[in-house]
Amino acid sequence: MNAYGLMAVFETPADAMHAAEQVRDAGYSKWDVHTPFPVHGLDAAMGISNSKVGWFTFIGGATGYTTGMIMIWWMNAFDYKIVIGGKPMFSPFYAFPVSYELTILFASFGSLIGMALLNRLPRLHHPLLKNRRFCQGASHDKFILVIETADPKFNAEETRKLLASAGSKHIEMVED
Amino acid sequence: MSAAVEHPVPSSVKIAPPPAELEREPLVLNNRSIGWLSDHIAGICEGPAPKWWLPALMISSTALVMMLGCIGYLISTGVGVWGLNQPVEWAWDITNFVFWIGIGHAGTLISAILFLLRQKWRTSVNRAAEAMTLFAVACAGIFPVIHVGRIWYAVWWLPPIPNNYDIWVNFRSPLLWDVFAVSTYGTVSLLFWYTGLIPDLATMRDRATGKVKKFLYGFFALGWTGSNRHWSNYEKAYLLLAGLSTPLVLSVHSIVSFDFAVSQVPGWHTTIFPPYFVAGAVFSGFGMVLSLLIPLRTLCKLEDIITVRHVSLMCKVILATGSIVGYAYGMEFFIAWYGGNPYELAAFKNRAFGPYWWAYWSMISCNVICPHLFWFKKLRENMLFVFIVSIFVNIGMWFERFVIIVISLHRDYLPSSWGYFRPTWVDVCTFIGSFGLFVTLFLLFMRYLPMIAISEVKGVTPQADPHHPQGGAKHGGHH
Repeated sequence: MNAYGLMAVFETPADAMHAAEQVRDAGYSKWDVHTPFPVHGLDAAMGISNSKVGWFTFIGGATGYTTGMIMIWWMNAFDYKIVIGGKPMFSPFYAFPVSYELTILFASFGSLIGMALLNRLPRLHHPLLKNRRFCQGASHDKFILVIETADPKFNAEETRKLLASAGSKHIEMVED
Repeated sequence: MSAAVEHPVPSSVKIAPPPAELEREPLVLNNRSIGWLSDHIAGICEGPAPKWWLPALMISSTALVMMLGCIGYLISTGVGVWGLNQPVEWAWDITNFVFWIGIGHAGTLISAILFLLRQKWRTSVNRAAEAMTLFAVACAGIFPVIHVGRIWYAVWWLPPIPNNYDIWVNFRSPLLWDVFAVSTYGTVSLLFWYTGLIPDLATMRDRATGKVKKFLYGFFALGWTGSNRHWSNYEKAYLLLAGLSTPLVLSVHSIVSFDFAVSQVPGWHTTIFPPYFVAGAVFSGFGMVLSLLIPLRTLCKLEDIITVRHVSLMCKVILATGSIVGYAYGMEFFIAWYGGNPYELAAFKNRAFGPYWWAYWSMISCNVICPHLFWFKKLRENMLFVFIVSIFVNIGMWFERFVIIVISLHRDYLPSSWGYFRPTWVDVCTFIGSFGLFVTLFLLFMRYLPMIAISEVKGVTPQADPHHPQGGAKHGGHH
């Protein structure tokens, strides 16, 4: 049984945020704060940079628009041409509404898939989710800071001291 | 805010909290704690079903079965079982389609547009409204598929595509744009709704006691741990989905209106249709949101979360969109006269004073007069009154689509082919049955999924704000 990390429970978002600032300044890299809702300002307190989901959205949208235009051209102007009302075989104007919808459709899938990829989700097993106190807190009303033992700076005593000085009332080693 | 933004305040300076009258009314009443929110909202799914739930489900699923029977009869026999005949080839079927699609728009407006506008009150109602969107789109989707009756006569536009003649569908037609708009709308609404559900599914998973429940909630929660590194990507994805849903929802009803506006029929061929349809859709959708949530907030004891202020704000949206709709009705008549097209003018005279005058004036009284009662605060805060008006809004908006579709069709250019549409019992039962589908889905939703976005409501409480004394801030929230 290896230890996964040291978990410190905080009662308020402000306490967790101040603790996060201290952990960030102490130079840890493999750690996280688990909260029941996104806490504003915590990204900065943890030193997290802007999310890259937008790139996935953009690639999705560009793919969708191109797919729409090419599909319509191929179906109505190349594979089986039918003259309807004397209108041109292909025109970007009549192809626009459908391409517009496909832009949004693919961009939405891009956003969700991008979020899942960047977060390494879905994940059906996580050591923290086996911990009762974690499950009763992180999705309910507690703010839980976890520093992994895999962190190069991790030291069972020093790390525990740091978290205690940050004001956590409950600190516990989580088994893997 | 990071430390860099914080300005050091000299100790001699005393910062007082803002005066009480400037504090906004809280979004969650009675200063409920974060834990209370998850206990209370998740409790709706966890406790035994309320006494009214099973009888309600039985009634609605009976209506659903009735609709399935009617559809079976229609498809085996043909559109003749409906009151359709020359010249009215579209009647209740397409009316119902536009009605249901319009209902959905309020859900997306609440979840996406109000999110972009940072209207924090949306958090109490967005989950239920988005669910309503999905179920309304499901009801809407039925009608275009079945509206040809014996569908094997329409195989050229139904899957498998391409058909045995290898013909592709015609992308020059607004009807096909509509297929893409509605199916994209349904899919993106589902994605958006599901994304919002992930953290709440994790809450349900962590609270679940039964093995099956824990597995199912856990499976769909994707292993969410509430990690802030995850929240960072999640919030970005949510913001982008809101940004994508906004142009989407505006396009959907615009494209639905193209089904009519691109044709040559007097009464349909007008450029005001796209904005007028979108405003009408939002108007009817808010009517439906209120019809659903006003009973539910009492039945499920949600008065602290869906407060009187929430209801009052939604009434204001109804007032605003209802005024736009009223303006559009007036403008249509003005253009019919000012445009100098005799057919257009005849169509509009016939609309108000022809054989269907009763439908037109029902629409006017429900959609133009009713919403203006919401100018009065007393009436906006009277739940029973708001509930009754919301029902009238729904009725009025159904009549609007009936007026546009049937009245415009029943007298076309050739007086010899004028007619009068009368619905048959199959028309009526199919429409009532679609409510059965809608209510059944909604009842199942509210019983098995948190009907209020738990994590989002938590996020707008003062306890969630690290700069607020209740969120644990030591020096008050004055950054």
